[in-house]
Amino acid sequence: MTGDPPPSSPHDPGAEHALRIERRWASVAVLIVIFLIVMAAVAGVHQATMPQLKLELVDPRTLHVSGEFIESNLGTAVEPDGSVTVRAIGQQYSFVPQCIVVPTDTVVHFRATSGDVVHGFLIDGTNLNTMLIPGFISTATARFSTPIESHMPCHEYCGVGHEGMWGKVKVIDKAAFEKLAADRRRLTCVD
Amino acid sequence: MLINKRLILAHFWLAFAGFGLALLLGEWQMFIRSPLHAWIGNPELYYRSVTAHGSAMAYVFPTLVAMGFGYAITEAALKRPMIGPRWAWLGFALVAIGTVVAMVPVALGHASVLYTFYPPMIGSPFYYIGVVIVVIGSWIWVALMSVNLYAWKRDNPGQPVPLAMFSNVAGSYLWAWTAVGAAIELIFLILPAALGFTTTIDAGLSRVFFSWTLHAIVYFWLFPTYIAYYTIVPRAIGGRLYSDAMGRLAFILFLIVSMPIGVHHLFMDPEVGSGFKFMHSVFTAFVALPTLLTVFTICASVEIAARLRGGKGALGWITALPWRNPIMLATAFSFIMLGFGGAGGLINMSYQLDSTIHNTQWITGHFHLIFGGAIVIMYFAIAYDLWPHLTGRALASFGLMRLQLATWFVGMMVLTFPWHWVGILGMPRRMAFYDYTDPALAAQAASVIASVIGGAILVISGALFIIVLIRGQLAPRVDAGPYRFSVAVHEPRRVPAALNGFPLWLALMIGLTVVNYGFPIANLAALSNTAVPIVPVGTGR
Repeated sequence: MTGDPPPSSPHDPGAEHALRIERRWASVAVLIVIFLIVMAAVAGVHQATMPQLKLELVDPRTLHVSGEFIESNLGTAVEPDGSVTVRAIGQQYSFVPQCIVVPTDTVVHFRATSGDVVHGFLIDGTNLNTMLIPGFISTATARFSTPIESHMPCHEYCGVGHEGMWGKVKVIDKAAFEKLAADRRRLTCVD
Repeated sequence: MLINKRLILAHFWLAFAGFGLALLLGEWQMFIRSPLHAWIGNPELYYRSVTAHGSAMAYVFPTLVAMGFGYAITEAALKRPMIGPRWAWLGFALVAIGTVVAMVPVALGHASVLYTFYPPMIGSPFYYIGVVIVVIGSWIWVALMSVNLYAWKRDNPGQPVPLAMFSNVAGSYLWAWTAVGAAIELIFLILPAALGFTTTIDAGLSRVFFSWTLHAIVYFWLFPTYIAYYTIVPRAIGGRLYSDAMGRLAFILFLIVSMPIGVHHLFMDPEVGSGFKFMHSVFTAFVALPTLLTVFTICASVEIAARLRGGKGALGWITALPWRNPIMLATAFSFIMLGFGGAGGLINMSYQLDSTIHNTQWITGHFHLIFGGAIVIMYFAIAYDLWPHLTGRALASFGLMRLQLATWFVGMMVLTFPWHWVGILGMPRRMAFYDYTDPALAAQAASVIASVIGGAILVISGALFIIVLIRGQLAPRVDAGPYRFSVAVHEPRRVPAALNGFPLWLALMIGLTVVNYGFPIANLAALSNTAVPIVPVGTGR
């Protein structure tokens, strides 16, 4: 749309100067990138928000008949070391159990998988967020400091009923949880 | 010198027609799931629309823009007729046919699997076959770009390849290689299941292959925009490109680091180990580098234009820029959206921050801001800049162009900022319905309504865009002169071989992909018991 100004000759002092400025900026850009990487690595190590280490397989065809995801084993279990383990399944279009109950101030291990297609597992108001892929077990560890009641929507498109796939998570006071756990092997808050 | 004008125009018109229709679907989706609309009754219609919107916007629209722009660059930058216009028409026909083959089953509700496929859900085979045909059509373009480059180099030994053509060919190679991931997934995993040869599929492996395509495809969308930054913008605003070499370096960096980073889409997936997630996170940080270099070079080029126009002072030169020039306006809007979108991208890049927003509406907001905003607004600028040269008619409605660009910018901000926000609040993506009467979700209602308004502004802007182009086709004939690209302050006389060709960079591109994807893929492929039953999708199936 407009004419070009006249060209300057290469290898003049201006070209050298331009190159210097350009190199300086490139160095700044590289430093920004390195800073970001170091920050991510340090945050990962110190905050312990790390992806799961182990790849664990499970056959979705036999979930309901054998193994750790049979129906009677789903829900929250108290472990000998005082932590709790939550086992859950996502399937079109609900979670089992639909309502997960866990205690405050306790290490909570989540183990979940899918019985059919890809689902998502997200506890609102927290950074607990994972995918449920049929064939694989997803694991995550958390510790809740305060009692909350959160939605747990499926966050991955899983078919026409996807919008109706909402579970619930209740974090209750540790003492109250222990009272509930006294006479039950697996806990849920499904009414 | 543009010879094959009809070819280029055909690409742009089909691209923008598909874009217009998909834009309407997008706004309909925003409205349906907002508090302004009651329960849809048949949620399948919503997911059908999401599939069509995503497939058109991701696979058809940007591919056709890159192809059409690529042919224009070939003739205008190499200053000679393109080799293989018949092949180019064949490529165009394949993209058009593939689009129809894919969209008919989608429209009938036989393939509501979304553009990301999501096996083990399996829809009509025609949907996947259509997508494959589109990709094959685009690969003809890749081959033509390569043939034209090497024919020109043979006839002009030792000459620097014009930056526009160098970057254009880099973009075509990036696309050729990134499409391989999804092509493998479609041809070897999904289609055998869709055609009934097998009843199981490895869902985890499919996702890894798709991630290979899913991130780098974004850089394929971005290439025309960056080519415009470097080779159109400085010329259009009466300045000069600050550095030709930096442009080459930026495009080379995109070529080699945009593939080995796709696993950041799988940060929350159980089928990839933590080590490779970290590797891909690191490489994702590196892909910020070419963008940071580009921001510097383009800002410096724009400053040159301002100072040539009498701009003074440390920042005072900004007022001297030709703000009434649509290309200037589009570039400024694009940079602002690139800034916000890029910052969001840096958040998504780290596993720790991503765990808060993964698969929430934040992600939808993010890629609409980057792609729909920063990238697509420059597609408009490219069309405005090329149109008089393609039609031989004046494009005179500058006021309308400015209004169109401004409404696109405002609409995109109003659409995506609330979208990011509800994502932070935990709103999951792609649901046909949200119960806003629930106390936990009620706070999101106002933000969602704001997004619907943003979408409506975008629809108006899209309509204005089409009107400007149609008026351009009906305007009086003019001679637009030869189509020219920006001239660098220091035009390269000789360029080192490494910055003038691709063998080294292609080897690095493939090598890095093999390093970063080889193990996760081999590891999953070696597991014998990961295939799961397919789940057919679609009405009447």
